[in-house]
This record gives sequence, structure tokens and C-alpha cells, in this order.
Amino acid sequence: MAAISRDDVAHLAKLARIEMTPDELDHMATELDQILGAVKRVQEVATADIPPTSHPLSMSNIFRADVVKPSLTNKEALSGAPAQAEDRFKVPQILGEE
Amino acid sequence: MTNIYSTAAEMAAALDKKEITSVELTKAHLDRISAVDGKLNAFLHVDNQGALEQAAAVDARRAKGESLSPLAGVPIAVKDILAQKGIPTTAGSKILEGWRPPYDSTVVAKLKAAGVVILGKTNMDEFAMGSSTENSAYGTTQNPWDLTRTPGGSSGGSAAAVAGFEAPLAIGTDTGGSIRQPAALTGIVGVKPTYGGVSRYGVIAYSSSLDQVGPFARTVLDTALLHEAIAGHDERDSTSIDAPVPQVVAAAKRLDVKGMKIGVIKELSGSGFQAGVSARINESIELLVAAGAEIVEVSCPNFEYALAAYYLIAPSEASSNLARFDSMRYGLRVGDDGSKGAEEVMSATREAGFGKEVKRRIILGTYALSSGYYDAYYGSAQKVRTLVKRDFENAFTKADVLISPVTPTTAFKIGEKSNDPVAMYLSDIATIPVNMAGIGGMSLPVGLADEDGLPVGLQIMAPFMQDDRFYRVGGTLEAALLSKWGKPILSNAPDLAVK
Repeated sequence: MAAISRDDVAHLAKLARIEMTPDELDHMATELDQILGAVKRVQEVATADIPPTSHPLSMSNIFRADVVKPSLTNKEALSGAPAQAEDRFKVPQILGEE
Repeated sequence: MTNIYSTAAEMAAALDKKEITSVELTKAHLDRISAVDGKLNAFLHVDNQGALEQAAAVDARRAKGESLSPLAGVPIAVKDILAQKGIPTTAGSKILEGWRPPYDSTVVAKLKAAGVVILGKTNMDEFAMGSSTENSAYGTTQNPWDLTRTPGGSSGGSAAAVAGFEAPLAIGTDTGGSIRQPAALTGIVGVKPTYGGVSRYGVIAYSSSLDQVGPFARTVLDTALLHEAIAGHDERDSTSIDAPVPQVVAAAKRLDVKGMKIGVIKELSGSGFQAGVSARINESIELLVAAGAEIVEVSCPNFEYALAAYYLIAPSEASSNLARFDSMRYGLRVGDDGSKGAEEVMSATREAGFGKEVKRRIILGTYALSSGYYDAYYGSAQKVRTLVKRDFENAFTKADVLISPVTPTTAFKIGEKSNDPVAMYLSDIATIPVNMAGIGGMSLPVGLADEDGLPVGLQIMAPFMQDDRFYRVGGTLEAALLSKWGKPILSNAPDLAVK
């Protein structure tokens, strides 16, 4: 049985905010199933006694003094905006959606 | 005479002696780009005017007798994943087409401050996801050795630019081998520094626990000079290491490996590697022995799981990192006709703006991180990461550096693997463990494979923040190879300027 179905991919695509055509969903489901078949090998050696490594450096939070430093101007920050109005980013409606 | 075929160190010396100006040198490279980049497609953007202005500014400072950085006036190509103020930066993606960053990445700022002249931005697999540049939204880069083959990837444009004499130096990024693999496939030197050794500020993120910026050049010394120019602590990157930069230039000049222990990784040799690749690696080992090194065999039994772990960890981090491309503040926006809500516009934009491999990795990462699968996939992959780290730690108790081939084969044909993601992923099998552990590694050209006449790369790996060690070994081996060949490896490549 496939590890991942077409419906699974459709759900994941929705979560990832990528609209996909029916054709793309078909292809993606087949390819992801092959890839998952190859990468599930990690489970062969990942026993309970091994601690996970999330990052190469053992890091702690880095703080700096809370002092205002030069940053982008309003104009610079908006320079790549797809749409703007009144010196702000203009976005499609976010309320009133289903 | 200094020309585009000179090394960066030679160019720097000639500039210093005022035998040539930076404007002349920059013009020569811009001319070369206009002559051959139609064949290579190494550049996504060439900044003719900006480069000449930077060059003129360096020349003016030199004329005034100002003290300048070692590489001042030498041109460079920069991978299109590093933000450069006012210059188009796409990361090889349609979703960023036309975007001009309002700020410089730290590496670009350091290059500018050092007077290194930025010629332009180089082609790459979209968001650094790929091993051939075939995933670029702007066409594939061709390998200067054979235009029907890929230069590797994801930093394939940077590697092709250096191998094709369009630039003596280039910047790349390496998440699973994206500097070392294209360096190997194009016959140049490429280094992935220790994680945290070079700032990632202003570098478009793919997999933040693995990504690292590094240098490309045609010689070990040139690579070291660029490494020192870009390395060092940066308070704007919280993963930047606050420690002195390893003395890589001095190490590259040392030309001596007497008494060094060099570990050959059993699991990354022999079967699975092209015969011509193995032959050149074995010759290199003999040269290192002749130079006074001691060879030991080491075993890294968990490396065989590293590739699988990488293709869970990197997509997981990517699925999170690439959420920022939401069409709201910058980049592409599709379908905003006033009737659609933000989420619909976002989904339509990401559908139109992302290529196939990027979508594949975002979906894979979303799956690996989703509830119910997290422990089985992402969690297991993180445990493998621990095992790979331990393998390196054990191996480095027996050896000062480790070596292996960089890639299983020489440069492959364009199109050969583009429809088989798993086969494409396998080209990173020898480079991925280094990223998993966060250590550094070098790809050094060590000759041509007998069966196809294409370059072979030797990978040299050193412990955390001991990057000077692979420069020492690489510099020594490069000198031995050069005296054996009598000429640089790239003199065997075809002349691109011939019609």
C-alpha cells in the first residue's frame, strides 16, 4: 500500500498554501511515495536511546541591548511590495473569508 | 602578463604593482562574459555599470595610496541567493522575479568593503534545491568542459563562471554539497566552511541548520584568500561563531603534510564510484603518502543513512522557511483581482511561482513534520544526525583530516536525472554527512577520469572550526599534482571562445 495517497497530498498542499492541478496531485503522490520509500530507512537505526540533533551548534539565545539601530526606511521596506496604499502593504481581504 | 586566465592572487599582485587597473581587469571579465555566457548561462544578471563603478572606485583609492584589502580590485561572481542592494535577486525562482533587495547580505557587504568587484549574480537551482541547475526557473547552466553536461548544483552558475574564466572567484552556498559537488564537476576548488564560519545574514534560507556560504576559485590559495575575506563573526546571524577565523591563507601556503594522518572513509570508496573517479582518488592518496602523510582507514557506518536523513531534514526546514513567500510584502502576486481573499491569492501565487522540485520538497517537509508522522520521519532523521556526528568524532580520533571522492561520477548529461528525483539525490551521497555534522570540507580537482576526460574532485574534511587543515592538505596536493601535470587542470578544457 502506498505510504501517501493523492488525498493526503491534496491535504498537504492545502496546508502549504499551494494550489495544485489534478495532474500535479497525481504526479506528486507517485513521486512522494517513491521518496518516502527511500527515506524511511532512517527508522532502521533511529533507536530510542539515541538523542536527536536539531542543529550543529549547541546554542543558547543571543541577546543585545535594547537600543534602536538604523533600519530600513518605510520607502525601502515597501520597495518590493506587490501593492501598497497609504505607506502600507496592501493585501487582499483577510476577513470575511469562509 | 595578467589576464582572465591568471589566478586571483596574481591579479591582486598585478593590481598592487599597478601593472593593471581594476577597470581594465573588470572590463576583460565583462567582455569574456558577453563572449561566452550565451553558451554557459552562468549569470542571471550582469551588473556592467555597477562593476565598472566599483572598479573605478578601487583604482581611485589605490592611486591615493590607501591601504587596501588583499583582493581589492579583483572581480567576483555571486550566487543569486545572496541579497545585494538594488540588484535583482531571484534565488533562481519565478516567485522573486524582479525583486531588488533593499539591503546587502553581510557577505556582499564584506566583499564591497574589501573592494572586491561584483560582476553579477549567478544561476542556481531554485532556492538551492537541486544538484544540476536544471531546477532553475531561468534555464540550465552548461558545464564549460562539455556543454551537453550539467555543471552540478545548486551553485552551478558560480562554478561554471569560475571554470569558464568569466570570474576568478565566486560565492556559493552549500546545504548538502552545493559548493563541493559543482566544484568537482567543473574542475575547480570549492569550500564549505564550518557551519557558523561565514554569516548567513541576507542569504535566502533553504535549510537553516545546514546552509553555509563559501568560496569558489581555481586554486587553493585563491579560495583561502576569499574565505578569509568573507568569514568571521556577525552579530546579525545568531548562528555565527564568535571565534577567530581559522588561518586558512597561511595553511594554503604551507605546502607540507609531513606527519599528518589522513583517514580514508571505507564507506565512501570502491563500489558505487565511477572507476575513473576512484583511480584519481587513489593517485592522490599516493601523492599524499609521498609528501609524508600517513594514511589510515576509518569507518563511518552510519553515513549510509545520511542521505535519507538529509531528504527529511532539509525539506522539513524548507517547508517552514519558504512560508515567507506569501505574496504579501515582496515578490510575485497572482490573481489579486479584488474578488479573492488573501489565502486564495497566496495559494495561486505559490502554485505559479514555485517550480516542481520546490513544491515537492515543501510537501515532503510538510508531511514529515505533520502530527502522527513527526517521530517516524523528522524525529528519526534527527537521530541519524547524531549518529553521523558520532561517526565523524570517532574518525577524527584516528585522523587529522578525512578524504573521499566528492561525487560518485563525473558531470552527468543535462536531462539524464531530471525525471528521477531519487537518482538525482544520490549525487550528494558523499557530501551530505559534512553538512549534517556542521563541519567544513573542500573539493579539490585531482585530474580527469580516463573514460570520459572529465574532472574528478577529492573531498577533504576537517573537524569543527579546523578549516585550515583541509587548506593545508589541499595546497600540498595541488602543488604535487601541478608538478606532475606541468599545467593547470583547466588548460585541458575546450576553448569556449571558439565558435
